[in-house]
Amino acid sequence: METIALNSGDTAWMLVCCALVFLMTPGLAFFYGGMVRTKSVLNMMMMSMITVGIVSVLWVVFGYELAFGSEANSPWYGGIGFSNLGSRVDELANNGGVYPIPLLVFAAFQLMFAIITPALISGAIADRTKFGAWALFVTLWSTFVYFPVAHWVFAFGNKVGDVVTGTGFLAGKGLEDFAGGTAVHINAGAAGLALALVLGKRVGWRRDSMRPHSLPLVMLGSGLLWFGWFGFNAGSALAANGIAGLALLNTQVAAGAALVGWLAFEKLRNGHSTSLGAASGAVAGLVAITPACAFVDPIGAAAIGVITGVICAWAVELKFKLGFDDSLDVVAVHLFGGIIGSLAVGFVGTSAVNSVGVDGIFYGGGAALLGKQAIGVGLVLAYSFVVTLIIGFVINKTIGFRVNSVDEVEGIDITVHAETAYDMKISSRGGVL
Amino acid sequence: MKLITAILKPGKLDDVKEALQASGVAGITVSEASGFGRQGGHTEVYRGAEIKVNLVQKIRLEVLVADNKVDEIVQVIVKTASTGSIGDGKIWTTPVESVVRVRTGETGEAAI
Repeated sequence: METIALNSGDTAWMLVCCALVFLMTPGLAFFYGGMVRTKSVLNMMMMSMITVGIVSVLWVVFGYELAFGSEANSPWYGGIGFSNLGSRVDELANNGGVYPIPLLVFAAFQLMFAIITPALISGAIADRTKFGAWALFVTLWSTFVYFPVAHWVFAFGNKVGDVVTGTGFLAGKGLEDFAGGTAVHINAGAAGLALALVLGKRVGWRRDSMRPHSLPLVMLGSGLLWFGWFGFNAGSALAANGIAGLALLNTQVAAGAALVGWLAFEKLRNGHSTSLGAASGAVAGLVAITPACAFVDPIGAAAIGVITGVICAWAVELKFKLGFDDSLDVVAVHLFGGIIGSLAVGFVGTSAVNSVGVDGIFYGGGAALLGKQAIGVGLVLAYSFVVTLIIGFVINKTIGFRVNSVDEVEGIDITVHAETAYDMKISSRGGVL
Repeated sequence: MKLITAILKPGKLDDVKEALQASGVAGITVSEASGFGRQGGHTEVYRGAEIKVNLVQKIRLEVLVADNKVDEIVQVIVKTASTGSIGDGKIWTTPVESVVRVRTGETGEAAI
């Protein structure tokens, strides 16, 4: 049997990707933080930061095992038990085959995905969430939703010789989700919708002006997300190779195309191309290309981007029409973007760019791939939505999920965290004068 | 003594300030203000949601003047701040009972 040895080039690239994907969560904190009012920017950013803390610990205790363990040999979850990563320093990553990178690098890379996914949800419930309830939610949601769903989609099993054990349900069914259109974005988007329903609307929703307090922070955040997304998508190749290059280029093209699509749509609808539209369009494009980035060619990526920019810009209207306060449009950007990208693979996927890929409808492959994609979309959406509703309902009935309305109106930064984000009054210069 | 209070367009502040200095005014107080008058607000768009901003940003300028200088100073402000369009602002004067210079304790017109 051929022995695979650690490759320093691939390993170096994947170490960098861990850092790139990590940066997305602080980037998300800026992206979301700029969109809320000055009285709740710190809370918004803290929801991302506490997620970093909690999930990092959960991962090394039991999360990695639950997502990527193979002992149970189940399509629905990895293994139940201690992750025990400290005992596996000398192992190479094995996910449907051995990769020449340390298992711990693979574990760290996947940890960053596990962190940003629950953090994405926080945008749906801005300005009004009890901090302790959010921390509890992150713990429960990671355990009962993200870790198992990551197993369904990302776990290709432990391969020894010709025997593969513990392949995830959707991975085994041939779902093409390269970096997490289903497991990350549809998962977070459906959960965001569920939590927006559980928590209800903010005080003064649609009456008060809830305009973003700092669009430059939103732009900074979208830039950091875009930067980190190269690690997210190209790193999912788990190697420094041509597939990583394809994923990186497609990521860039789709984000740019979606930015243009969003701006064109809002120019026609409202008469203005806005900076918030540019930032939102780019992120929507990044979301949509996530599942598709290694299965389409760059023209396919551009098509996915434009369509996503237009549809996601339109989808923002739904919360006003249907009356749910998805504060920062997690549904429009992540749920819709994730669905579009995942289904698009069924149309513009082509085996010409990736030997393990399958041809979609436009490349003569028929509708079989689209069917697999639709099953992945539907299953993750339904599971995440239902389980999140249950978790949200239980938290709401026990410790309460919302701050009281007096504290909410006063501002969650000062009432919950005892801090103020900005202090620029002349009277605050103190002894300097 | 009178207190002249002027609500003006923010972009006119520097012109008015220079004109007042040229007219011998020794000091002014400026603060940021917002409100509405005949000038309507404007509409902003965020992800397609249109937000009507009804309170318009203005600056509030206050000048203490001796009684015999009131008309002249008001005219200086009017002339400098006027653009002829809605939203140029308003000026009013109110009587002032007493004024004290904090540093010296001088009172009345000597303190202006």
